Amino acid sequence: MIGIEHYLAVAAALFVIGIFGLFLNRKNVIILLMSIELMLLAVNINLVAFSWYHGDLVGQVFTLFVLTVAAAEAAIGLAILVSFFRNRGTIAVEDVNVMKG
Amino acid sequence: MIQADLNTIAPEIILSIYAMVALVGAVYTGKDKIAGPLVWLTAGLFVLLAAWIGLGSGGTHDAFGGMFKDDAFARFAKVTILVSGAAVLVMGQDYMSRRNLLRFEYPVLVSLSVVGMMMMVSAGDLMALYMGLELQSLALYVVASLRRDSVRSTEAGMKYFVLGALSSGLLLYGASLTYGYAGTTLFSGIIDAASGNAPLGLLFGLVFVTAGLAFKVSAVPFHMWTPDVYEGAPTPITAFFATAPKMAAMALLARVLHDAFGGVVGDWQQIIALMAVLSMFLGAVAAIGQTNIKRLMAYSSIAHMGFALMGLAAGTAFGVQALLIYMVIYVTMNVGTFAFILTMERDGEPVTDIASLNLFARAHPGRAMAVLFLMFSLAGVPPFLGFFGKFYVLRAAYDAGLGWLAVAGVIASVIGAFYYLRIVYYMYFGEEGAHLDTNKSPILWGFLVATAAVMLIGSAWMFGVEGAAEAAAATLVN
Repeated sequence: MIGIEHYLAVAAALFVIGIFGLFLNRKNVIILLMSIELMLLAVNINLVAFSWYHGDLVGQVFTLFVLTVAAAEAAIGLAILVSFFRNRGTIAVEDVNVMKG
Repeated sequence: MIQADLNTIAPEIILSIYAMVALVGAVYTGKDKIAGPLVWLTAGLFVLLAAWIGLGSGGTHDAFGGMFKDDAFARFAKVTILVSGAAVLVMGQDYMSRRNLLRFEYPVLVSLSVVGMMMMVSAGDLMALYMGLELQSLALYVVASLRRDSVRSTEAGMKYFVLGALSSGLLLYGASLTYGYAGTTLFSGIIDAASGNAPLGLLFGLVFVTAGLAFKVSAVPFHMWTPDVYEGAPTPITAFFATAPKMAAMALLARVLHDAFGGVVGDWQQIIALMAVLSMFLGAVAAIGQTNIKRLMAYSSIAHMGFALMGLAAGTAFGVQALLIYMVIYVTMNVGTFAFILTMERDGEPVTDIASLNLFARAHPGRAMAVLFLMFSLAGVPPFLGFFGKFYVLRAAYDAGLGWLAVAGVIASVIGAFYYLRIVYYMYFGEEGAHLDTNKSPILWGFLVATAAVMLIGSAWMFGVEGAAEAAAATLVN
């Protein structure tokens, strides 16, 4: 029997993979965008699982909002990436270093 | 019923409709040619809405079943956001048009982000919170990289985007756990679940939500984006980042912690106090080595956020009042300082090097004096207004039994005073060097002098901000 804890475990695992992808990745900015997407989708699993567990629709409505915003976010991220590529000629993460933070 | 709800959110509706109409209207008419008038129109609308919200009827109205709250706290934050947004728009107009940056999208994006901020400070539900936060952030990612042909600006936009998206992810994960363990996304429901012995999942949710919001207020350890974004973004946009979004994020943090997690003050108090100490010290120490004034202002804003968080860490109504007063003073000081930074140029090119201020007082004694007032105020030297802001938060922390935090705050503010005074030193006693031209814009001059005067007058009479902040804090903490 698959219970709420299984869903939460999957979501937590995906979320952690997303965070690690964001910090360990040294190659490509596209992979950062994919990691961010993975984190948001992990949250969606959480929300839908809780929604099912509570027997209400709030979590599913929230999921729809998150999906919409994630799409807009990806569009803006890619747009910024394109204009960065035009100036710098590369999208490697280690080249995002004109300013040292 | 729906009519009353719509009346409650009328300012937000008007501003969103204005943003959409302005966008489409500008596309079909003069495009970038009407950007200048559009900036003035947007700023005028901000001021009108601020007057409407500030002078309108009092009381607390809940709209859409508690998802949106219009109370004294939200109104206080909204007026600050709108007025500072209008000031920054007007200040940057000349700078941007001379550098071919004044596109009509700029005022539209600023309006949209201001709508987001107004949603944030009025949020009464995790969904409303998330939508407001994202509307604000998405618009800010775009304005950060507004200078499309500059590596620095696009890099700033990219860093802001990646770290901002990470923070939204953390916040959302926290929101999903909170929803799961509280069974509702409404703050009024969460506070019932999160009282006394709150379930562990709810505390995890609290930690994640706090971490996500700490990114937005650039509190240590979530501050790494701030210096790069401040340096890379065009200066008028940096001025915007340093004012309205900080106020909105801080107000949102206060609202979430008190409205939703007000029953577990002991659990979040330590987190906030720790972030406050780290921010104050990192902001004070890391700014010492900076040579770029925009980076310096970034570290300065990190330190100031630490002080503001100190008020929040107190967990009392007086703490929230201190936080609000501190944020208003911080915003005023930053508007003035950025009005000065916008005038710094040499041969028509903007300069952000601190060393270029050498002997500035000899050529422009009046301006140097105004900057001196602002720097002393930022450092917290009495009798300037910045001192009273610090005094409020220190007293709030001390009264709440966080004496160690107040002591740490005093030490950090002494360390931080060094780099503000160094700017004053350069201006008055620096070495001979290439001199700095200044832009003769009367608007920037007016803002600089007005804020400098406020720093002095404010210490005698705070323009009624204290009373308004007290009323605002009373509606939030009860």
